[in-house]
Amino acid sequence: MPAIEPIQSKVMTDTPLKIANKTFTSRFLLGTGKFQNKSDLATSIELSGVEIVTVALRRIDLERHQENILEYIPPDITLLTNTSGARNAAEAVRIARLARETGCGNWVKIEVINDSKYLLPDNEETVKATEILAKEGFVVLPYISPDLYTARALVKAGAATVMPLGSLIGSNQGLKTKELIKVLIAEIDIPIIVDAGIGAPSQAAEAMELGADAVLVNTAVATAGNPTQMANAFALAIQAGRLAYLSKLPSSKNLADASSPLTGFLYES
Amino acid sequence: MKIILNGQEQNLADPQNLNQLIQQHIKDKRRVVAEVNGTIIKSTQWESLSIQEGDTVELISFVGGG
Repeated sequence: MPAIEPIQSKVMTDTPLKIANKTFTSRFLLGTGKFQNKSDLATSIELSGVEIVTVALRRIDLERHQENILEYIPPDITLLTNTSGARNAAEAVRIARLARETGCGNWVKIEVINDSKYLLPDNEETVKATEILAKEGFVVLPYISPDLYTARALVKAGAATVMPLGSLIGSNQGLKTKELIKVLIAEIDIPIIVDAGIGAPSQAAEAMELGADAVLVNTAVATAGNPTQMANAFALAIQAGRLAYLSKLPSSKNLADASSPLTGFLYES
Repeated sequence: MKIILNGQEQNLADPQNLNQLIQQHIKDKRRVVAEVNGTIIKSTQWESLSIQEGDTVELISFVGGG
């Protein structure tokens, strides 16, 4: 198959995404889990133009040699360490402090999960962890079930963004929580990043059309037949969705509204 | 001397410091965080911290994650 140059938008003018003290051109955040081939991760980062990637912290496997994931992430990319594995606020705080000690920055995605079936985040514990870590100077991006009161509490606690889930982690079901995310977009003044469940570029575009500030995708890219091309597809979709949002989508209607003029028909006498 | 290293019981023959323990197990020490009995130990202090009987040591690093 011959290579084709992807279409670049010639009209898009946008303000950068601002999170804490940093600005970003890309509105696509990539998770680094589940890549079978680590070199696909490096190429996916390149082809998607992402500027923020998430990583996790785990015990080092002392029996087997472990590849260093950081070797596949360019140094100019902002590392966002998640607190996966944390079951309560205290554990999330512990993981965040460990992450900072690596010298890879102080950006942390709070992820507190205490349910192995649905992997839904514990909003209450997430707010507690955010409060503690924001006070310690961390840039805190909390992952939550979309809920207005939680989001407000997070803003008050010093969160840098709010990251509501689109649907269950890794489920590829898309924007099942659409109406609740719309409420957050309308009411919350810090960036809204839709995280989890986004299974196709069309779903990422939909989130951006609603006015989400950014989208985080992992499973849908990493487990695609061709992860690197899929990363590129998501990047294009996220940009298209953003451009559509900036262009102000017309509202939907229940009845038809002809696109062609309803006068001057040939049979008219 | 028995310690718990990353959740596994280990028998250490000789007295050693944290840096020696890490060196035995890990080639690339960059981006490794060490916790002893729940306290983060900065890499500048690895050499001076001697491992004691019954210590719980965690060696942690980055992996892929969403």
